[in-house]
Amino acid sequence: MRREVPLLICAIVGFTLIIVYFVPHPPFSDMRDLFSDWFSVIAAFAIYLGILNLLKNSVDKVFRKRSGWGFSIVIIAGFVLFVFIGLYEGSDFGEIGTRYYWLYDRIYFPLMATMFAILAFFIGSASYRAFRARNVEATVLLLAAFFVMLGRVPIGYYLTSWLPEGWRMGDVANAIMTYPQMAGQRAVMIGIALGIVSTSLRIILGIERTFLGGE
Amino acid sequence: MRVEKEKMVLDRGFSYLLLLAFFFLILFSTNSFAQDPSDTLAPESVTNVDAFDTPNDNGHSITVSWELSSDDGAGKNNVVVYEVYRSDSPEGKFEKRGMVPAGENTFEDQGAKEKDNANYLPSHKNFYYRVRAKSDGLFSDSEISLPAYAYGQWYHTGKTPVLVAVILFSVFAITFITLARKGKLFYIRPLAGIEAVDDAIGRATEMGKPILYIFGLGTADMIATIASFTILSRVAKKTAEYQTPILIPCYDSVVMAVAQETVRAAYLEAGRPDMYKEENIFFLTSMQFAYVAGVNGIMLREKPATNFYLGKFYAESLILAETGSIAGSIQISGTDEIAQIPFFVAATDYTLIGEELYAASAYLGREPVLLGTLKGQDWGKAVVIFSLILGALAASFGFQFFINLFRIQL
Repeated sequence: MRREVPLLICAIVGFTLIIVYFVPHPPFSDMRDLFSDWFSVIAAFAIYLGILNLLKNSVDKVFRKRSGWGFSIVIIAGFVLFVFIGLYEGSDFGEIGTRYYWLYDRIYFPLMATMFAILAFFIGSASYRAFRARNVEATVLLLAAFFVMLGRVPIGYYLTSWLPEGWRMGDVANAIMTYPQMAGQRAVMIGIALGIVSTSLRIILGIERTFLGGE
Repeated sequence: MRVEKEKMVLDRGFSYLLLLAFFFLILFSTNSFAQDPSDTLAPESVTNVDAFDTPNDNGHSITVSWELSSDDGAGKNNVVVYEVYRSDSPEGKFEKRGMVPAGENTFEDQGAKEKDNANYLPSHKNFYYRVRAKSDGLFSDSEISLPAYAYGQWYHTGKTPVLVAVILFSVFAITFITLARKGKLFYIRPLAGIEAVDDAIGRATEMGKPILYIFGLGTADMIATIASFTILSRVAKKTAEYQTPILIPCYDSVVMAVAQETVRAAYLEAGRPDMYKEENIFFLTSMQFAYVAGVNGIMLREKPATNFYLGKFYAESLILAETGSIAGSIQISGTDEIAQIPFFVAATDYTLIGEELYAASAYLGREPVLLGTLKGQDWGKAVVIFSLILGALAASFGFQFFINLFRIQL
């Protein structure tokens, strides 16, 4: 029963949502929203589950002095601070000028921006490794990257501005993006779409049940 | 004297006549130099107003169409807008439902389905429509349309190509599943990323380091996350057999709950429920870069031997993969997010590209029935490739009929 009931729910909901896609008539037309609402309700309760899990693990780490317990103190302090200030500010806690907003704007936002900025450096290091011409495929990747990168910056234009239109660096970059890149991307998208259908069928028909435990 | 008097009267009469002529001249010229007649005359009304149920909907919408006024784009050319009015009886009060600019000849009167909504449009109730052609301040109304009522359809005809594709694909999948159940074995092309899973877990065991499994930013209702659950089950079973700890920091609390259950079931299946540690599958945060910071911290502190990135990833993909590379981990990635696939290809050791993510569970399990669905998927791809070639030929030679077979209305 422990596995049969979830499988049955999966099958019923899965088939119902397939029908909903093709049948606009009530009651099917309302079912997508209904299931979506149910998911939102479950997710809303699960948020508390997540918060409790985070706090429990962090407190446990601090008391047991496990590796990185200092970071757990920061988590707990940050959590308490934001919750306390948010409750103190009341329903308008997110408005500009509130203490909560100040914390968000002066602490959280710069930290987020810093993490995002790291991406620029990592693109450089990843490119350095990926674009080494070790074999034919990597050489093609290197050449494509060379043309696309130069074609997207002004120096690429200045270097090849003497060439007739259609042969300049920007034109080559556009041709790479429009034809081979787009064709490859669409091939992957078609594969993904078929993979989604296949996976959905496996789950709805109860063939794939590993996520419920067992083969 | 008398002659002079008569002459004076005649002169005066002539003067009056001249004055009168001048007056009429002024009057005439005022009229002739006034506005264009198109500005002072109402546009011709629209004709053939037709109201009918909007097709392929839930039954709360009526579409109105008409023939354009003869003064729209021609004639006086003064139509600015068409206003559509509705009433529940031909003699009743017509209320304005909306407007469309000149040149357009259809309007969809989309009502609400909720009875307590002011815009509620009930099904199976007759309504009458009238269209007003308006110029700048002047208008003319059309005849009232015949009654029309809205009703829901039981089948969306615009989605027939999708239905055909789903049926065809399902037939392929079920056929190959049946063949597999009868004992037929299928050859499946090996995938480097899947072949590496066993080695990666073995490496972690030898090094005495944990395995890090990341779902990305996907929520539990995303198919990529669901596919990742199925792979996690296989991976967790192997980690239980090898007695290697698995760490799963989660971005979404529902994903965390499902992941806990999946791993618990896998450990039970492997006969090692004692090895299961719930605290290893934990919630971090639902903020993208805060999550990245947390996972990166775990990578640099715990130095996991193997990192799995399987699920839905966005801008954080490269930050995670590069940090994992710095930490010296073997990395296996897979996502259906097309923009992130190049980052994973560049930064991780093995990448499951798109559909391979969905196929991974079947590959790992090596069960004939699951492999049968992959074979069905391959046949589906063959049909798509064949259709693409035919479509390209049809487009090149102008066979619009063939192209229209694939058009979908949503």
